Amino acid sequence: MSGDTGQKQSRIARALVRKPLRKADQRLGFAGMGREALGKVFPDHWSFMLGEIALYCFIILVATGIFLAMFFDPSSSDTTYIGSDPALHGQEVSSAFASTVSLSWDVRGGLLMRQVHHWAANIFICAIVLHLCRIFFTGMFRKPRELNWTIGVTLLVLAIFNSFAGYSLPDDLLSGTGLHIFYSVFEAVPIVGPWLTYFVFGAGFPGPHIIPRLYALHIFLVPALLAALIGAHMLVLIRQKHSHFAGPGRSDANVVGSRMWPAYALRSLSLLCAVGAVCFFMGGFAQINPIWTWGEFKSYSIISPSVADWYIAWIEGGLRLMPPLEIHFWGMTVPNQFWPSILLPGLTFGLLYAWPWIDRRLTGDRGTHHVAAAPTSSPRRFVVGVVVITFFSVLLVASGEEAIVMWTGVPVGTIRVTLRVVALALPFVTGFIAWRVARGRLPAMGVVEEEMEESTTRELHESPIWLSAKARKQQVEPAGGAEEIEAEQVAEP
Amino acid sequence: MSRRADEERPPMGIVVCFGLASLAAAGFATTYVLGLGNVWYGGTFGGALMFLAIGLGLWSKRIDSASPEFVEQRDLGPTPEPQFEKFMGALTSQPVPRSRVLWSMLGFAGGTLGLAALFPLRSLFPQMGVNPQRSLESRVYKRGQAIVTEDGTGVKPDDLEYGGVLTVFPEGFNITEAAGATLLVRIDPADLHLPANRTNWTVDGVVAYSKLCTHAGCPVGLYSDESRQLLCPCHHSIFDAADGGKPVEGPASHPLPMLPLATDENGFLIARGGFDRPVGAAWWGWPDGREKP
Ligand code: FES
Repeated sequence: MSGDTGQKQSRIARALVRKPLRKADQRLGFAGMGREALGKVFPDHWSFMLGEIALYCFIILVATGIFLAMFFDPSSSDTTYIGSDPALHGQEVSSAFASTVSLSWDVRGGLLMRQVHHWAANIFICAIVLHLCRIFFTGMFRKPRELNWTIGVTLLVLAIFNSFAGYSLPDDLLSGTGLHIFYSVFEAVPIVGPWLTYFVFGAGFPGPHIIPRLYALHIFLVPALLAALIGAHMLVLIRQKHSHFAGPGRSDANVVGSRMWPAYALRSLSLLCAVGAVCFFMGGFAQINPIWTWGEFKSYSIISPSVADWYIAWIEGGLRLMPPLEIHFWGMTVPNQFWPSILLPGLTFGLLYAWPWIDRRLTGDRGTHHVAAAPTSSPRRFVVGVVVITFFSVLLVASGEEAIVMWTGVPVGTIRVTLRVVALALPFVTGFIAWRVARGRLPAMGVVEEEMEESTTRELHESPIWLSAKARKQQVEPAGGAEEIEAEQVAEP
Repeated sequence: MSRRADEERPPMGIVVCFGLASLAAAGFATTYVLGLGNVWYGGTFGGALMFLAIGLGLWSKRIDSASPEFVEQRDLGPTPEPQFEKFMGALTSQPVPRSRVLWSMLGFAGGTLGLAALFPLRSLFPQMGVNPQRSLESRVYKRGQAIVTEDGTGVKPDDLEYGGVLTVFPEGFNITEAAGATLLVRIDPADLHLPANRTNWTVDGVVAYSKLCTHAGCPVGLYSDESRQLLCPCHHSIFDAADGGKPVEGPASHPLPMLPLATDENGFLIARGGFDRPVGAAWWGWPDGREKP
C-alpha cells in the first residue's frame, strides 16, 4: 500500500487509521517506538513458533479458566447433586465434584469450556517442551540467553504444577488417587517430609483443606507468576532480538526474516486461530477426563487402570519401574518413592537450570551467539539431549503399561522387567548412535566450529558487535539496503 | 508491482475462508441458542477459528512472496565503557548521607519484616499439638475396636465367602480419612501360610490388611483369588494376601500392614491391636515395622 492505491480506499484508510493514530500520537508520541515495533524482524522458521503456540494456549487457558471459575465450587464439603446426570442425581457428593459435574452438564457450553481448558493445558506443556528442545539442540541458551533459558525452565515447572493442581480440583476418583500419590511423594522429602506434607495438606490425607488451597494457587498465584514471567521472557526476547538459523547474509550481528507488520502479524494471528481451532475441535469432539465415569473421590476406592496426564506421567512411569528398594540406615529409611518422584524431578530440573553453565564447561564455548547452531555441532550436547529424551520416553511408555498389557496379553511383571532393562539400555544405544551421527558429520561441521572459534576470539579481542555494526552492515546482503529505502517510504506519510 | 492487480481482484481463496469463518461463527451462536450440545459448539467455534487461520495464513503468504527478507541490526552488547561509567556515576555521584549504617539498618528492618511476614504460614499447619511424624505413625486401631463396613454395620467371618474381599473401617472412624481403609480377605485356612508369630491373627481364614499400598498410598483395589494376590492399580505392586501381605512384585518394598483379628462375644470381628506398622507410604523417619510387631 505504498501510496498509489485507489482514492476512495485511501480516504477511508485516512479516517479509520491515520486520524485516530495521529490523535493518539499527539498525546503519547509513540510513532518512533511504534515504527521500530512494526519493523521488528522475526525469523522465518516454523520452529520459532513453538513458543508462540504455548503463549496462545496460555491465553485460551485464562479465557476458559475464568468461565470455569464462575461455576466451580472449591470445597470438599458434602452436598446433594441435583442435575441432569441421571446416575448422580440426588447423590451426596463433595461440592467440588458436584459443581464440576453441573458445570459440565447443566451449564450450557460448560462442558466445551472444561474440555477446551483441559486440552489446552496438555498442548500448552507440550509446546513448552518442544520449544525447550529446539532451544536446547540449537544451543540458543548460550550467552546472552541464559536468563531467558532460566525463565523458560521456571515457566515449565509452573505450567506442570498448575496443570496438576487444576487436574486435582474436581475431587474425582482418578485425580484424588493422583493426589494421594502426591501426598506420599511429599512424605518422601528427606527429613522434613511429614512436616512438609502436613504443611501442604493441613491434615492427614485427604483432609478438608487441600482443594481450596490448590484452587487459590491454581487460579491466583501460579497464573499471575506465569503471566509475569511470560512478560519478562518476551521483554528479554525483544531486547536481545530473535536468534536465527545460519544462512547467507545472516550473522550474530543481525536478524533476517519477516517484519512484524504486516507479514508476521498476520501469520501469528493465523497461528493463534489455528491453536484455538485445535483446542476447540478437541474440546468439542474428544472427550477428556469424564469425571462422572470415575465417580467422586473416596480414599478407599480406586479405578483400574489409573493413568496420569502425560506431563506428570514420566514420574508415574518412574514410580512403576523403580525396583523394590528401601534403604535402612542409622534408624532412617530412604523410601522407595524418593528415587523416582523426588530425586528424578529434582535432578531433571536442576540439570535444566544449570545447563547453560554445564554446556559452557563441556564445550568451552563462552562466546556470544545469535546464530542457531546445528544440533550436531556439539556432539556432547547432542548426545546428552538424545539420551535424556530416550530415557524419558521409556518412562512415558511405562506409564501406559496397561495399554501394552491389553495389546500383547503379556503379564505386567514381564513388561515391567523388560521396560526396566530398556530404560537403562536404550539411552546407551541411542546415545551411541547420536555420537556417531554427530561425529560422522564433523568434517562438514568443522567449518562451523572454526567460525565459532573465530567469533569467540574476535570478542576476546574487544571488537564487540555494536562497534563494528557499520562494518557489518556492508557484509549484509543488498536486501538490507532495499529494506532501508522501503522503511523510509513507509515512515513518510 | 503486482499488488495493484491484487487489490482489483481480491484472492478468492481468502475471501471464501473469511466468509466460511463468519458462517461458522453464526453457526456457533445458533447451535448455542438451540442448545444442540457440545459437539456442535466445539465444531462450529473451532471451524470458525480454523477458517480464520487458513485465511490469515494464505493472506500472510501473499505478503511474504512480495517482499524481500528483511534485515534488522542487532545493537545488543555491553554498553561502551565510558557510557557505563556515566551510568555508575548516576548511581553514586550524589552521596547518600550516613549510607553505611542506614543501609544496613534498612536491610535489617526489611529482613525482619520479611521474616515476620512468613509467620502466618504457620496457619497452614494443623492446630497446635499435632505432630505429623506421630500422626503418620498411628496404627489406626485400638485393642478391641470393632470393625465395621462403610455404613457402620459389624462384620462376621461368615459374611465373607472364601475368596471374598470387603473394605472395612475402625468403628467410629471418619471414613473420608484414608488411613482407616482396611481390607478383609477370606482365604481357605489350608491355603494360608502366615509367618509363625501371626498364625493367631486370623479368624476362620479371614485376614485383615491396610488397604493403602505401601508404595505410594493408593488403595490396593484388585484381588485375584486364584493366586491370592492383591494388586495395586497405580504402579502394579502385588502383595501376597496368604503370606502376611508380603510384596511379591513391583515397587512396593514392604508388606501391607496387617491387623490382628479376633471376635467379640457376639461373633463380630474386632481388632486385637493396631496394624503391625504405619499405613501408607514410607518416609525418612519411618519406623521399621519388622522391629515393632
Ligand atoms: S501406590 Fe501401589 S504400587 Fe504405587
